[in-house]
Amino acid sequence: MGNQSYKWVGTRQPRPDGADKVTGRARFGADFDMPGQLVGKVLRSPHAHANIRSIDTSKAKALRGVKAVITAADLPDMPDEMAPAGEVMVNLRDVTRNVMAREKALYDGHAVAAVAATSEAIAREALDLIEVDYEVLPHVIDVDGAVAADAPILHDHLRTDGDENAADTPTNVAKRIEFLKGDLDAGWAEAEVVVEGSFTTKPVHQGYIEPHAAVASATEDGQVQLWCSTQGQFNVRGYCAKLLDMQTSQIRVTPSEIGGGFGGKTVVYLEPLAIKLSQMAGKPVKLVMSREEVFRGSGPTSAGSMDVKLGATKDGRIVAADFTVRMQAGAFPGSPVGPACMCSFACYDIANVKVVGFDVVSNRPKVAAYRAPGSPVAAWGIESAINMLAEELGMDQIDLRLKNAAREGTKTHYGPTFKDIGMIATLEAAKNSPHYQTPLKASQGRGVAVGFWFNIGMDSSAACHIGEDGTVTLISGSPDIGGSRASLALMAAEELGIDYHKIRPIVADTASIGFNFLTGGSRVTFATGMAVVQAVRDAIDEMRARAAKLWEVDVEAVIWEDGCAKPAGSNVGDFDPMTLAEIAASAGKTGGPINGHAQLNAQGAGPGFGAQIYDVSVDADTGHTTVERCTVVQDVGTAIHPDYVEGQLQGGVVQGIGWALNEEYIYNDKGQLENTGFLDYRMPVASDLPMIEPIIVEVPNPSHPYGVRGVGEVPIVPPMAAIGNAIAEATGVRMTDLPMSPPKLSAALDAAKVRDAADD
Amino acid sequence: MAKNHVTTTINNEPVEFLCDTHETMLDVLRNDLGLTGSKEGCGSGDCGACTIMVDGRLACACLMLGAEAEGRTIETIEGMASGEELHPLQKKFVDEAALQCGICTPGVLVAAKALLERNPDPTETEVRYWLAGNLCRCTGYDKIIRAVMDTAAEMRAN
Repeated sequence: MGNQSYKWVGTRQPRPDGADKVTGRARFGADFDMPGQLVGKVLRSPHAHANIRSIDTSKAKALRGVKAVITAADLPDMPDEMAPAGEVMVNLRDVTRNVMAREKALYDGHAVAAVAATSEAIAREALDLIEVDYEVLPHVIDVDGAVAADAPILHDHLRTDGDENAADTPTNVAKRIEFLKGDLDAGWAEAEVVVEGSFTTKPVHQGYIEPHAAVASATEDGQVQLWCSTQGQFNVRGYCAKLLDMQTSQIRVTPSEIGGGFGGKTVVYLEPLAIKLSQMAGKPVKLVMSREEVFRGSGPTSAGSMDVKLGATKDGRIVAADFTVRMQAGAFPGSPVGPACMCSFACYDIANVKVVGFDVVSNRPKVAAYRAPGSPVAAWGIESAINMLAEELGMDQIDLRLKNAAREGTKTHYGPTFKDIGMIATLEAAKNSPHYQTPLKASQGRGVAVGFWFNIGMDSSAACHIGEDGTVTLISGSPDIGGSRASLALMAAEELGIDYHKIRPIVADTASIGFNFLTGGSRVTFATGMAVVQAVRDAIDEMRARAAKLWEVDVEAVIWEDGCAKPAGSNVGDFDPMTLAEIAASAGKTGGPINGHAQLNAQGAGPGFGAQIYDVSVDADTGHTTVERCTVVQDVGTAIHPDYVEGQLQGGVVQGIGWALNEEYIYNDKGQLENTGFLDYRMPVASDLPMIEPIIVEVPNPSHPYGVRGVGEVPIVPPMAAIGNAIAEATGVRMTDLPMSPPKLSAALDAAKVRDAADD
Repeated sequence: MAKNHVTTTINNEPVEFLCDTHETMLDVLRNDLGLTGSKEGCGSGDCGACTIMVDGRLACACLMLGAEAEGRTIETIEGMASGEELHPLQKKFVDEAALQCGICTPGVLVAAKALLERNPDPTETEVRYWLAGNLCRCTGYDKIIRAVMDTAAEMRAN
């Protein structure tokens, strides 16, 4: 698999930022300081739902050392206007209310005011002096509670978009969407076996170890510099310009190294507040969230409640599929209900499909993207139901999936027809894996599930500067969240035909490179990679032209090969190849500096498919599940840097294991979050886990020069259902609600025993 | 309130600083001494991103007061490489891609070095339990565990 003729692509080189990151030199969000900077702090609502009658900041402003205090009154209100943010569209009216509560506090932890002071102690004291008059309202946390007829209403103006039958009264259901394919009634008529079930997931946090951080420096002439930890400096610039009514060119955003994001750093929280405080104080202002603030005030992923029904013929052909999902958006509309519905049955070729989704608001932080947003929620229900079907049919769980797998020519239920996809190759690799071929150990269960993500393209710019000594600076605007500097430099080395170590890739600020959409959607190695390849080819064309000039031949008569300009054939003339270094050294005499540039909207993102296998054992007394063995298989198109591809697969799997077995938010009866630290929001630690065995499948994406599809999202889609399927096999108990934590699984096992005893 | 005058040793250098009594060692390192390699992921001793050595024992700098550094010997990530040479663990982490975002990496490396100084031949289970106090959200720990074990093997051979 893959093209073995590459010299650099597909090799495991040390990352260009490696030494910085193993020595503590790399500067992350909170590591940046400006001379004379003030310390900013945010006051947050202790109430899940409350009208804000008034905010009195006079005592805080009077405190010595306080240089600025802001509330929503200091930010311009925004119209109902949709703008892209990561993989979801957001409404600016809502975004300004999310960064600073206006009429209402909508969740515990919602920002209501912010201060800038000369010390942290003074800033904290100032927060205590701000008097907010709240009228506490009934709240609702859970998505099923929020759709109930008597639910507290978050937004009086909200009506259900897309539902013709909805009453013209306030609701928490912001949107209804529907996808139809074929004739579902005909499907049910044909079905010989039917399974159905209802499932729920809990919201989980992305869990990046680095809290949000920003330093803003505004000057008297209206310019702003901002340093922050973000997945997209251009998106931060765009958000801040809109929210503060500024021009984008007035704001220069420099992304720090980013200590994890997984989608959660695609939106703004602190950044506009830091700028506003700096503008008002006339000094730089630094804002850093505590871990508690990250949990209470930043976006988790959406939770879902769903109903699945599948019908199949006795030979295992799925002929009808019905899926309804209610997705929790948090305090403002905009859950990833669209992707959840589109990903739902994307792994399968099913003739008759109906998918309905609802976007539901409740008194929790507005959700943010988290790896393949929406897809894992849908997969929890659907991939569980697929195994229920396999059990009914007595079929092997991989064989049933193979029989119904999406393939070239499959028309999806959401519209597109697949070409060149690797679902079947991935399932076959899983079936033939050492793991699946090894007999299951006694008392363990083995579960499989598959997952899908579109992968995205979008806008990227890149530049390639040829240095006078023949080394190369490669400039992109995509924050490097997990090794993308290395993958971009590998593709550049392959194109240029020079040593990877002679290429220095950097991530530029918003003033130093053209627009780049954010790092997300598994787009950087695909889309920014495409821009890098084009920028390098632009520089190569210039180097060919320089050689042609020296040789006094047409540029078409010069080719680029193995790092050299060469005559295209013997008829061109008898010229020795000119190396990149030689061309660079003589650039001053042949026309000046040699640079390449590219800007593009990347088309043709290749869909990604994955399959995962888990062997688990369950402690019948405690309900504790141990993952004994795990294999992750995925079609990545081409693995540009296999180490970092494997790392994405392994990391996504382990986040999924946490989602499956342990992670959840715990609220008290006032709607306040009670597990606001890593001790109580327990993510997987090293001793919880086995090695994660990766199997890379390479079905190249024909739309990318090196066949890249994108890697990072798919691996978090299958784990929950695959582990649920393994637990079902190990215990005979089918879990339907996440997390399958010891107390819940223990209770389910006890209930099953009671039933068994009653049956006896 | 008067500040505390603290005399200590950090990465083999004598260091003096003034700190408020409530200031944590992590605040002192990061804000007063410019040693930002130790990271604050939680401030409550749960994530291990601020792991340092104090008199030869692992500690979370966020759980220690700056004033407690008086007379002690402190090692941070900034002291791990010697001159131009990375520590074998640092080199192996880069070579084997045992980091993605890199925010947990300094703490993981300080903890892993302490392990290998005590136990040059740890089992996989021993490495996993030793590093259980260092959260990593990117890697799934697989390549971290392998890099520590591979470094141990290499250091035993040399």
